[in-house]
Amino acid sequence: MELVSPGIGPIFWMTISFGILLWILAKYAWKPIMKALNERETSIDEALNAAKTAKQEMEQLKFSNEELLKEAKEERDSLLKDARKIKENIIEEAKIKAKEEAEKIVELAKESIQFEKMAAITELKNQLGSLSIEIAEKILKEELSGTEKQKELIKRLIGEVNFN
Amino acid sequence: MILRTLLIYLLIVFLNISYSYAEASMLSDDTKETREEKIHDILEHTEEAEFNAGKMILEHVIDAHEWHILTYTDSEREKHHVSIPLPVILYHEGEIVTFWSSKLEHGHGTHKGFKIETEGENKGMIIKTLEREILEGERILVEGDEASIPIDLSITKNVLAMFISVILLSWIFISVANSYKRRKGKAPKGLQSFLEPLIIFIRDDIAKTSIGGKKYEKYLPYLLTIFFFIFFNNLFGLVPFFPGGVNLTGNIGVTLVLALFTFAITIFNANKNYWKHIFNTPGVPWWLKFPVPLMPVVEVMGVFTKPFVLMIRLFANITAGHIVILGFISLIFIFSSISPALGYGVSVVSVAFSVFMGLLELLVAFIQAYVFTLLSALYFGMATEEHH
Repeated sequence: MELVSPGIGPIFWMTISFGILLWILAKYAWKPIMKALNERETSIDEALNAAKTAKQEMEQLKFSNEELLKEAKEERDSLLKDARKIKENIIEEAKIKAKEEAEKIVELAKESIQFEKMAAITELKNQLGSLSIEIAEKILKEELSGTEKQKELIKRLIGEVNFN
Repeated sequence: MILRTLLIYLLIVFLNISYSYAEASMLSDDTKETREEKIHDILEHTEEAEFNAGKMILEHVIDAHEWHILTYTDSEREKHHVSIPLPVILYHEGEIVTFWSSKLEHGHGTHKGFKIETEGENKGMIIKTLEREILEGERILVEGDEASIPIDLSITKNVLAMFISVILLSWIFISVANSYKRRKGKAPKGLQSFLEPLIIFIRDDIAKTSIGGKKYEKYLPYLLTIFFFIFFNNLFGLVPFFPGGVNLTGNIGVTLVLALFTFAITIFNANKNYWKHIFNTPGVPWWLKFPVPLMPVVEVMGVFTKPFVLMIRLFANITAGHIVILGFISLIFIFSSISPALGYGVSVVSVAFSVFMGLLELLVAFIQAYVFTLLSALYFGMATEEHH
């Protein structure tokens, strides 16, 4: 049993037992293990790829969502703008209309005031006329109560009449 | 690596010298001696049974026909060996002889004319002795001038350890394969999750990178098997108790077979391109090839040195590790034979160094398995490389 010279026995048994070990392991261990490992690796790869595509899809979805949101916002903004414009227009119109109305009313009021005034003036004139006539009647009655006075008046009146 | 190899050769040479020196002074009882001489010898033997580090280390490192567990000395100062007997299988002169190694009485006895040679160039091997009966009824063995050596196919310590490791490895990996089947597509668990990184490491970092392409799949079972066989046995060799502690991957016969497997696979799978590289190396001036085939000779030598170096590297690294650890342990006994107190003192240092070496050996166990596998894969890759 030298240390550095190989003996027949170990070589013989090693060849046999290592050969058997190699056969057993290759057939019953390495084959299923490698198969399982490969399968698992492919499934992991697939899962990773699927996750990647899902992520991409998600991103796309997010992107389109954002786009949609953006559009909606824009639309809302434009709508608001329009609405504001409309509101302003309405207010403006209303103001103008109100002004016109007010002016009309004022005009009417002025007219009716004028009218009333005229009526009042007319009535006042009428009353003043009749009152003047009454006063004149009374004064005449008073003045022309004596014959002297009547004669004098006639005289003066005749004197006033110009005979041109 | 070179330094290490050099160191182990120096150690081997040194140990061999000290071992044979010790053996020469411990010649035992099978020569012609009178009874008194024998007794004297035995007494001397026990007196001289001082600790012999070289012998002890070598006995631990080399193969044996029995699995030695321990030796103790009883109150009558007699040594007893406790060991597991192993079957001896010999093929001698056309017949197969089998018996238990316990019949050889730890190398002191003879059975059916076979004994373990204790000296000379066949030391440690089982040889056939020539028996002769003499009249007094006492059996004396006389060795012939040429002791014939039978073909020894015994189940030795290393062979038994090999069988144990084959069974354990098969069991481990088949159970792992079953757990892959059982837990299909799920994360690994237990032993499976311990071994999976190693399997993937060999597949991705050794096989794929060295062989490349789709070709690696063909060699992967072999690469995985040698890696785990070497790694497992390296680790098992570091366990100091039965059934560990066997220097299996430090047995040159074992590493020889492993290297031959790699060699055979390389040769049988080599493509045209590989042979062209050897016999008609492209890019080399013609005068290196034609009148004197210098390059082809160098290349052909290279074909054989590659597996040879694989064999030597694994053997030397593992054996050296065992020898260094045993050396540190031996220091305790060497010093305690001077004075017990000194022995206790040194034991602290020795154990510390042994632990350090043990940790280093754990690393070496992996590295050597890795290197052997990687180089095998590289050779396969070279043999199957396509022309480009």
